[in-house]
Amino acid sequence: MAQEQPKKVRSEFIYFAWKNVKLRIGVSVLLAFVLFSIIGPFLAKYDPLEYVGPMGAPPSREFWFGTTTFGQDVFSQFAHGTRSTLIVGLLGGSLGTLIGILVGLIAGYRGGLLDEFLNMITNIILIIPTLAVLIIIAAYLSVRGILTESVFIGLTAWPWAARAIRAQTFSLRVREFVDLARMTGRSSLRIVLTEIAPNMMSYLLLVFILQFGGAVLNAATLDFIGLGPTKGMSLGLIMNNAVLWAALQLGMWWWLLPSGAAIAAIVGALYITNVGLDEIFNPKLREM
Amino acid sequence: MGRYLGRKLLIYALTFFLAVTIDWMIPRFMPGDPVSIMIARIGTRPEAAAVLRGYFIKAFGLDVPLWQQYLNFWSALFHGDLGVSIWLYPQPVIKIIQRAIPYDLFILLPAILLSWFAGNQVGALAARARWLDNTILPLGYLLTATPYMWLAIVLAWSLGNVAGVFPIAGAYSFAIRPHLSLRFILDLFHHWFLPFLSLFLVMFGGWAIGMRNMIIYELESDYSRYLEALGTPQKLIRKYAFRNAMLPQITGLALQLGGIVAGAVATEVVFAYPGIGYIILNAVQNQDYFLLQGCFLFIIIGVLLANFLIDLVYVIVDPRTRLGMTGE
Repeated sequence: MAQEQPKKVRSEFIYFAWKNVKLRIGVSVLLAFVLFSIIGPFLAKYDPLEYVGPMGAPPSREFWFGTTTFGQDVFSQFAHGTRSTLIVGLLGGSLGTLIGILVGLIAGYRGGLLDEFLNMITNIILIIPTLAVLIIIAAYLSVRGILTESVFIGLTAWPWAARAIRAQTFSLRVREFVDLARMTGRSSLRIVLTEIAPNMMSYLLLVFILQFGGAVLNAATLDFIGLGPTKGMSLGLIMNNAVLWAALQLGMWWWLLPSGAAIAAIVGALYITNVGLDEIFNPKLREM
Repeated sequence: MGRYLGRKLLIYALTFFLAVTIDWMIPRFMPGDPVSIMIARIGTRPEAAAVLRGYFIKAFGLDVPLWQQYLNFWSALFHGDLGVSIWLYPQPVIKIIQRAIPYDLFILLPAILLSWFAGNQVGALAARARWLDNTILPLGYLLTATPYMWLAIVLAWSLGNVAGVFPIAGAYSFAIRPHLSLRFILDLFHHWFLPFLSLFLVMFGGWAIGMRNMIIYELESDYSRYLEALGTPQKLIRKYAFRNAMLPQITGLALQLGGIVAGAVATEVVFAYPGIGYIILNAVQNQDYFLLQGCFLFIIIGVLLANFLIDLVYVIVDPRTRLGMTGE
């Protein structure tokens, strides 16, 4: 009986997951982008920064996404940019989620003065606009890589996650099964890990997805202002170059549009996946 | 009410303190030396570089102990002295920012307020209305997922470049000198429309989805069920649901401010609209650190003021805060 339970839950999850159209759309778009970020750079024939073609040429068989004003291949930039954008999302999103979980669980489970303190810090950092902090940090870094960008994005993105997880922990902490676990004399760490965290697994997954999307958007904005990685390529940087070099005035849509469309598609797919998962985890939201 | 607002004000004061401290700390404790970067950028002979270094160290106030630098920073701040811009040398940073702020308010206030009202109304209508829900919901998700700068680029390209209906750069035509006349005001609005629209649309999607979800949640709750059982007309139940759903939307506005700031910065960069965002772009390109730090402080002050205004609205709208029934 005890072994039967998880299996049944899992198969039910897969059943509803498969039936959920939103989840199917979201996950397929995401998978497509992940696949593209892996094989795309191999399909690209040129170095993203090299001057290889005619200047400002529209898409052709040779240059699939056209070329920039300087004759760089936009498709190569796009392929490499997609890869770094997903990496920043993954790293920044993971770090943000991790810190959020840590702060949220500790504050929510411990309560008392420590909670007051952590909650105060969370509320304060929550007010300060993330991008503003990222801008001044990035401006003072003379060499910026994808890794540093992800770390700083993760370090500034956690407050809302911490707040949400704290609230969840708060409501779980007073349940009977947690009281029972406490009576058996288990350590706090083990109670949090074995009783509280598993009950929030679905919630933590949703938090991670939103953190991922947030990291992608933050990175894109940062790159767009010109504070992205100093070497290498990103989707935001493509837009930054396009706008700075008057692609708007020259009507070079092939340079302007694809990178932003990719960001919108990735973030949109994440949101739709999020809603789909929410419907699966929360039966009340399911459409009949 | 006093307790509620007092607690909030304490948090805002601490936030301001932390923000100023960050603003002071980052140039001093980051790896790399901004003074060297600036000198390298100017690129002169070694003897001239030494003089410049002395000048910059004086200008940054780096020649006194750290604790004194910190105090000096605060005292300069209260005197409105944010340093001198390098990009627009020798204009003081505060003057440049003061010039930019009206433009920020001009696009942000209408975009935030109108998108909030329109999003709430449309979202409330869409809840539990199959046809509208099936169109509004996907559209809403599409809009919120769109990066601000991309929607701005799409609008500028399609309506500005291809259709040629709207200008795509600046706050007014270069041919016109700012003065009070109908022609200038019309020109101002002509340039204002696209930045406003792109901010409005992205935010609208978020508010509509939020409201739609909240209304569904409220219609599922016990009081709605009870009213339904009593035979209350649907219209009245929905009215109550709307009122309750408003509260999280007001809180949501406060939480969204950071995202809105980012959106405004990106939008202004696309349209070369002379607000804080455009200044930040130029400060970044010219490595104008004083200007960047000034912009950071003004963004914080703006966000804190907006937060406080939202708190005041919340006190008016939600009687529970007035009676001290909610601590948060």
